[in-house]
Amino acid sequence: MEILIALIIGLLSGCGVYLLLQARTFSVVLGLTLLSYAINLFLFATGRLVIGQPPVLSAVSSPADPLPQALVLTAIVIGFAMTAFAIMLSLRAQAELGNDHVDGEQP
Amino acid sequence: MIAAHGPILPLILPLAVAILLLFLPRRAQRLIRRLSVAGSVAQVGLGLLLLRTVAEGTQLVYRLGDWPAPYGIMLVVDRLAAWLLLTSALLALCALIYALAGGDREGRYFHVLFQMQIFGISGAFVTGDLFNLFVFFEVLLISSYSLLLHGGGGPRTRAGLHYVILNLLGSAIFLLAAGLIYSSCGSLNFAHLAQLMAGLDDSQLALARTGGLLLLVVFALKAGIMPLHLWLPAAYSETSAPIAALFAIMTKIGLYAILRMSTLVFGSSAGSLAGLYQPWLLPLALLTLLIGAAGALAAARLGRLAAYLIILSVGTLLTAFAGGTGGIAAGLYYLPHSTFAAASLFLCAGALRRCRPVIGDQLIADGDLPQPLIMGGTFFLAAMAISGLPPFSGFIAKLLILKALPQVLVWGVILTTALAAVIALARGGSQIFLAASGPMTLPRDGKSVVLVTSLWEVPAIAGLLILIFILTLAAGPALEFTQDTARQILEPANYIQAVLGGGS
Repeated sequence: MEILIALIIGLLSGCGVYLLLQARTFSVVLGLTLLSYAINLFLFATGRLVIGQPPVLSAVSSPADPLPQALVLTAIVIGFAMTAFAIMLSLRAQAELGNDHVDGEQP
Repeated sequence: MIAAHGPILPLILPLAVAILLLFLPRRAQRLIRRLSVAGSVAQVGLGLLLLRTVAEGTQLVYRLGDWPAPYGIMLVVDRLAAWLLLTSALLALCALIYALAGGDREGRYFHVLFQMQIFGISGAFVTGDLFNLFVFFEVLLISSYSLLLHGGGGPRTRAGLHYVILNLLGSAIFLLAAGLIYSSCGSLNFAHLAQLMAGLDDSQLALARTGGLLLLVVFALKAGIMPLHLWLPAAYSETSAPIAALFAIMTKIGLYAILRMSTLVFGSSAGSLAGLYQPWLLPLALLTLLIGAAGALAAARLGRLAAYLIILSVGTLLTAFAGGTGGIAAGLYYLPHSTFAAASLFLCAGALRRCRPVIGDQLIADGDLPQPLIMGGTFFLAAMAISGLPPFSGFIAKLLILKALPQVLVWGVILTTALAAVIALARGGSQIFLAASGPMTLPRDGKSVVLVTSLWEVPAIAGLLILIFILTLAAGPALEFTQDTARQILEPANYIQAVLGGGS
């Protein structure tokens, strides 16, 4: 399972960085979204991968760590709001500058 | 009251004001303005009270929900946090007064966003754990995105897009770094981390080191340290003047985070990770100084010149932070000075843009400049302050920074870049104000254009200059305080004891 999670995080961040380096705002926003998915998965894995165990200390021998779950929840909410903002800003840039290039002008 | 609930008051106040303002109808402009200013004045009062409370060397620790450390959320106010809280509150008040000249009417919710920005800034200074530092960074960033774009316009949107995307990437790296540090240490509380760092085994050490250095990248992006400064000049020079003035503190938040991490989490108690940031600070600082000076010399507009001078002051501060107790003390004295001076220069540029609608703040003379004496005089004082000429506090601070780092390279770079700043400002000032017989650029089609410096612009700029003046006059007590601050943050054991102590 560790390898699977690591591969997924690697793939997501790889695609995210590639898209982030594109010159169109749409790809950049998509890249940021993929990158934040990768980070959220990574954060989730920082509490070690445990399956089917409650986050209660005394109940089982290897409990799940509840803190990363709380962190991920916060990060998802913040990431969602930020993505919404980035999309609105991209649309506004498209409307005001007349194109969707990140520098506001066609090269 | 202050001792028991002090640390949370500077957070609750702007948040409550912002929520209250959100419910007021738009036509209640006068009430909104009064409440916003009252909130900012009260924030300054709180800053003063907190500063007086912690001046003796106590650390105020506030446990939200009374959860025991290190499990609950902690807010900590020590000398450093109180000093920066007061600086940001004073700056915000002056920027807000300037905005009353009309900048707050360019779009809706200016005052709400402004108060949320203060909430985020204050939160970043008082938080005691890494994840809440991230959360408060996001709070202040999302307010800053909206404030930056306030009023709209093509160039502003373009600069804003770059600023937003870069900072979203920065936030992603921040989370990555926080995750790495949590996975290696199992905690996010600064004080607890400082304790745990010493006991890491080799496999965890690499993760913690990576996390720590990634954090340095994130904070360098916020602070505008070379080579992550490229977003700064466009963003600061395109936004409206009061927002650019308020943003003068934003780079200092990145510097504050670097200082906090390098003295506490990677401070003297961190075992083999102690001094993780030390080898990076001075080279980055000197490069930042050089790039700031080059940009200032090349700037063709006053706003852009001021933005590069911000980068220059970031470099100076970072140099100071590499200089041990004496350097940090001098840097902390320089921090409010450079913030106020840069803000006053941004406000001068804003007033210039308003008085010269055609050529804006370009470094070109205009025979029609209204009230050249007031405009030129304030520019002259602000320029003298920011370039660190005597008799202002910047001169004392730079002298002490040079004294703390007696190295040929450091002296050479600091003195050369200071000279470059003086040249750039002298050139800009003489091009705008001295060549008073320049061509008329205002439209003169019979209608007389009445442009006078607004009622609110002069007191705002004057307020900042008076603050610098007070800082100069009170250099003795202020330097004593910053020296105590430097000694306090370089002894992380007291902080750790104050946060984690109690029960154990």
